[in-house]
Amino acid sequence: MHNPQLNAHGELQHLLSLDGLPREILTAILDTAAPFTEVAEREVKKLPILRGKSIFNLFFENSTRTRTTFEIAAKRLSADVINLNVATSSTNKGETLLDTVDNLCAMQADMFVVRHASSGAPYLIAEHLRNTGRHDIHVVNAGDGRHAHPTQGLLDMYTIRHYKRDFSGLVVAIVGDVLHSRVARSQIAALTTLGVPEVRVIGPKTLMPTDLDKLGVRVFHDMREGLRDVDVVMMLRLQNERMNGPLLPSGQEFFKVWGLTPEKLALARPDAIVMHPGPMNRGVEIDSTVADGAQAVILPQVTFGIAVRMAVMSMLGRG
Amino acid sequence: MKIHIANGRLIDPAHEIDQQADLFIANGKIVGIGSAPDGFVATRHIDATNKIVCPGLVDLAARLREPGFEYLATLESEMEAAMAGGVTSLAIPPDTDPPLDEPGLVEMLCYRAKKLNRAHVYPVGALTERLEGKRLSEMAELVDAGCVAFSQANHPITDTQVLFCALQYAATFGYRVWLQPIAPRFAREGVAHDGEVATRLGLPGIPTAAETIALFTYIELARLTGAKLHITRLSSAEGLALVRTAKAEGLDITCDVSINHLHLSDMDIGYFNAHCRLNPPLRSQRDRDALQAALAAGDIDALCSNHSPVDDDGKQVPFSEAEAGATGIELLLPLALKWGQGRQLSLLDTLRRVTINPARIIGSKAGQLNLGARADVCIFDAEGETTVSRERLRSQGKNTPFLGLNLPGKVCYTLVEGKVMYAEP
Repeated sequence: MHNPQLNAHGELQHLLSLDGLPREILTAILDTAAPFTEVAEREVKKLPILRGKSIFNLFFENSTRTRTTFEIAAKRLSADVINLNVATSSTNKGETLLDTVDNLCAMQADMFVVRHASSGAPYLIAEHLRNTGRHDIHVVNAGDGRHAHPTQGLLDMYTIRHYKRDFSGLVVAIVGDVLHSRVARSQIAALTTLGVPEVRVIGPKTLMPTDLDKLGVRVFHDMREGLRDVDVVMMLRLQNERMNGPLLPSGQEFFKVWGLTPEKLALARPDAIVMHPGPMNRGVEIDSTVADGAQAVILPQVTFGIAVRMAVMSMLGRG
Repeated sequence: MKIHIANGRLIDPAHEIDQQADLFIANGKIVGIGSAPDGFVATRHIDATNKIVCPGLVDLAARLREPGFEYLATLESEMEAAMAGGVTSLAIPPDTDPPLDEPGLVEMLCYRAKKLNRAHVYPVGALTERLEGKRLSEMAELVDAGCVAFSQANHPITDTQVLFCALQYAATFGYRVWLQPIAPRFAREGVAHDGEVATRLGLPGIPTAAETIALFTYIELARLTGAKLHITRLSSAEGLALVRTAKAEGLDITCDVSINHLHLSDMDIGYFNAHCRLNPPLRSQRDRDALQAALAAGDIDALCSNHSPVDDDGKQVPFSEAEAGATGIELLLPLALKWGQGRQLSLLDTLRRVTINPARIIGSKAGQLNLGARADVCIFDAEGETTVSRERLRSQGKNTPFLGLNLPGKVCYTLVEGKVMYAEP
């Protein structure tokens, strides 16, 4: 079975998932991102790398934040950016996902940044482009169902490398709703690929997918046990609709047991960093004291996110 | 028409026959095996040298999509597919639109099928009205109309009281109830086996327990009511173990497996291959291995195609939005042969699972070649190959996980009631 993310030369053709990408490519993206962090500090925040290229932000699921960061990244590379909120547009009129893609291809798109509520939707698009011979169009997954959010995973890795320099001696804990989290899956894939020796996940059994340990992680249900001596704490967002129902009794109880408070964070290593993909639910998964505290690197994550997305788009668009 | 099938290797599992023997057919019936009856003058000779001559196959689950889903398939298209696959008897699940819950509908289906004069159809009636699991269907009337059993297809009954009564009522007449083991309202959003693959791909899972919980209930109710059960489309090793135990206990339970579950596992989903969106879901390799062994050991009685044509619109969408189902009727024989080869079974033992065994579950005299039997015959080349491609599939449904494969066996002729309804082009 061919890897749909790579071209015949083993180079990145699409960025669909971090699971199954070679370590060299992950590292190359992080290395490429490094100089881009400086672009933001210049007076003219633009590079001509993607001048004349058309990038379509194809969002089948609402998102302001992720779409904006992709838009900023593309514009800093001088690309033309077209935003399409398909959630409120043509799919409601009976046009299929692939119809939409064909139409945009006819408008000479060079790259699609895709967000979709169903796992695997970007793969379907990538396969369709391959089957119809459009090898010059690239797909970046901006989050698909519960499956993957590769640029988020990459910006998290960039952040960890920035603060910890090296992955090889780290203990990293991912806390919260792993079951529904595409972010967690991308983090797990990246951390294990980059050689982090111990990746832990912490949360209630109702929010842990089956056979999670087979992905190379240690599963903890006790927050205190799981946080002991970790170098990095990665909190996940708990969606409002999951808080009261068969999975969890309430946000308050979740906070009491799995919320990150200063007292629980004290069990981690003193120099541990705290991350969150945003947007945060203060008082549900994280206490404000921690979110605003010295160990939090949540805002730098956002800044690095733009550089990482510039790196991905420049690597794909240059080819 | 009098037909002489000459020089073939005759295999009839029902009578343990595997020998070089000619077959003589007149008036739609088998009139001679080995030697012609007195005064027999053939009007047509079929040379079956180096070919296998066996009973037409019997398929326990072929959705022809009529009535209600004619945009997916029609009796005409799917009957052609059945003929090309050497399948001459089809049990039809009741999940049409409207469902097969009314004698008039069943009579119409049987009438349409008879007019086409292809495969024989054996409708499985809806166990409850509209498959809603609330009111019993008119089972005795439906049997008079042609139904051979009753089922809920993929719509499990939520109310255990209703299921209990339905089984009691069916047991009153001795009707067999075919049940798909799905625990109702459990893992409703699931689209793939709940295991490592689904976890990795972020697909909502359907745990094996959805099958075992249903089986615990069905088996206990069978024990209480004395109902005869047929468990359809087993998918897991655990489910299989429960059925095996119930059989050993002496309960009248039979079961089948589909060609998809016999050969594939959740690993075949690969990168979200929507062809592998099936109901029940493809489970682990361990489950698949257990199903293969159990079909050989006889714990699973029959192999079926679970033919469910789905169009491209239903498959060219993200995996979890894809319609469940795959075309399969033309692949039943090749995939039975592939399984038999893998387990080093004789052709006789292999063909038993797609002829006499399913015929007995239906309660039909199909699936055998004795003197006086209906002359439903499949002649195939065991050394030949079937290439699975969209162009070659006759079914209107072109979607199957086996696209692109070369499978063993090639159907040469299909006869229904002594008429050649398919001849290899």
